[in-house]
Amino acid sequence: MLYASVSGLRGFRQMRVSARLTIGAAILLALVLVVALVSLSLGPVDIPTSHVAWIILSSIGFDVPEFARTEQLVIDQIRLPRIVVGASVGMALGVAGATMQGLFRNPMADPGIIGVSAGGALGAVIAIATGTAALFVLALPVFAFLGAMAAAFLVYGIAAVGGRFSMATLLLAGVAINAFLGAIVSAIIIVLPDNEALREILFWLAGGLDSRSWEHVRIATPLIVASTVLLLLMSRDLNLLMLGDDEARSMGVRVGATRITLLAAAALATGAAVAVSGTIAFVGLVIPHILRLVLGPDNRVLIPLSALAGAVFVILADTVARTIIEPAELRVGILTAFVGAPFFILLLIKNKRQVYSL
Amino acid sequence: MSNHPPSLSNGNSHAPDRRTRDARPQDTRGVPLQAQAKRHRTPAVEVQALSFSVNAKQLLDRVDLRAESGQFVGLIGPNGAGKTTLLRSISNVLSYDDGSVRLLGEDLAKLPARQVAEILALVPQIAPYTQGFTAFELVLMGRYPHMGRFQVEGKEDDAIAERAMRLTETQSFATRTLETLSGGERQRVFLARAIAQQPRVLLLDEPTSNLDVLHQLKILKLVRDLVDEGLTAVAAIHDLNMAARFCDRLVLLAGGEVRTEGAPGDVLTAETIETVFGVEAAVYREPATGALAISLIAPAKAAAVEAPVRRETTASRSGEQAVAARSEATSGIR
Repeated sequence: MLYASVSGLRGFRQMRVSARLTIGAAILLALVLVVALVSLSLGPVDIPTSHVAWIILSSIGFDVPEFARTEQLVIDQIRLPRIVVGASVGMALGVAGATMQGLFRNPMADPGIIGVSAGGALGAVIAIATGTAALFVLALPVFAFLGAMAAAFLVYGIAAVGGRFSMATLLLAGVAINAFLGAIVSAIIIVLPDNEALREILFWLAGGLDSRSWEHVRIATPLIVASTVLLLLMSRDLNLLMLGDDEARSMGVRVGATRITLLAAAALATGAAVAVSGTIAFVGLVIPHILRLVLGPDNRVLIPLSALAGAVFVILADTVARTIIEPAELRVGILTAFVGAPFFILLLIKNKRQVYSL
Repeated sequence: MSNHPPSLSNGNSHAPDRRTRDARPQDTRGVPLQAQAKRHRTPAVEVQALSFSVNAKQLLDRVDLRAESGQFVGLIGPNGAGKTTLLRSISNVLSYDDGSVRLLGEDLAKLPARQVAEILALVPQIAPYTQGFTAFELVLMGRYPHMGRFQVEGKEDDAIAERAMRLTETQSFATRTLETLSGGERQRVFLARAIAQQPRVLLLDEPTSNLDVLHQLKILKLVRDLVDEGLTAVAAIHDLNMAARFCDRLVLLAGGEVRTEGAPGDVLTAETIETVFGVEAAVYREPATGALAISLIAPAKAAAVEAPVRRETTASRSGEQAVAARSEATSGIR
């Protein structure tokens, strides 16, 4: 049983930070590679994993046996960019989830908590409804990204009003803005006359990685990698912030500046992810949560490993989503929620006493 | 608690100017004048005319406090006197309105937060919610201010943390999460973290409030030993007997002001205890040990008690409670 394997890993918990990080990273990196390799070989055109390996080796300059030109095209132009986008999105949601849970001192926080997902959805819906998305490929992700950032700024602005920043207000403002933006999206869907656009909106809202190109990688991946690095650098300060503002301050953390930077980096990563994939549910909540059970609450371990585990989870979920009902495709966002939610509920029940004594 | 005299910095310590209980730092008889001047040039903590108010309530009113290097200074006073607020001001947790704090001669307002954490450690009165960290992980956090941004804890940091846990007798629950520990155990873990921080100045906010009598004695003895090794400690202490026994000097706060300060024997008189705490007390020398002892007899008769907040002699009882409540609210710990 999956749960048993999670609790079986508890020995990990007592290792020193560097050991937990090294072992965890080695395992998860290997998993990323395996999952990516399998994902590259699966699809309407089955490509043997040996061919996949050759194609990748040849693209970095190795001399390899002959392989079909079509196979190379499928991998280079269709499957690989999709996997890279998926890995980036999983990484973004994983680190942003871990960060938000730390900042809010609450394991229930998720990356969308400050309105980023709802803002991104509204941006995307506007791009589709106005027809802009049909004119330029990149209009949709750009609109979604701008929407996500605008929502995050709005929520942050409300929490900081009057010069006294409050995390409780941030949380409540996030809930209110999420509801407000959601209402606007619903209103647009209802009044929209164009059925094709409607379908496209519903597709986007379910979160998906179909026909993602290297263009999408170029938009999202650098932002996500940069925010992840920033969050990594601040993960030790986040440990102290988790104990409270006073604690952090007396241990030498510049609380205000640190919190803004953490929030901004998490919002940026999530915004970039939402822009290229829509709203993919549960990754940001479940991944850091499971890792915390195995590895403890130290963010120096949690943040980097959430990045890798998020990538594995999203690639895996997307692979299943696009192969399970071939030739049709299920959306990855549906699958993550479908698998994530029951698993999460199981964890909640099993760990009720230890973790949720709030 | 340990066979060796504890030292915060593992040997390479400040000059082991070991004082005995009989020759306290303020007892400067027989010390050449020049040496006295030197010692007094840079006190470890120097607070001057510190004021802090919240919603027009004065929580600290021009407070002066001086702790020489290698002194154990006790803060005493009734609830709401401003002890916690003063400690939080010195430790950079809250920014005071007026006055100045100097740490080892440096202006606190001008020191980077990180450097303050290298000089000074605070043991909070009420340990915060700890998010599933184990006791050992929490103590290791004391090493953060000493580590570069790309560094993680090394063997040496582990050794320092382990030693701090040995001194506070917390090593037996090193691998347990703090949520599973009792209040007193948690309090000792937070003291261990402060010791692992290897500060020059240790601030303690009622370090013994949750401890059994044995551990009260052990912990205050530990702080005393560290002070004798050269550390400077400022502690808010409710138990007047403990304060008299372990501190070099006492500062009595009431209503945000310093009422009196000096050697325990000078501060803790029956009259002072009656007027400031409103308690009738007998102060005497314990025959067995010769130590100063305070026996609390009964609440004093109303006439003898000063109004706790002098500037608000017209304030009603509920007004005073509001002051106390506010000071607690601003402490942010509750």
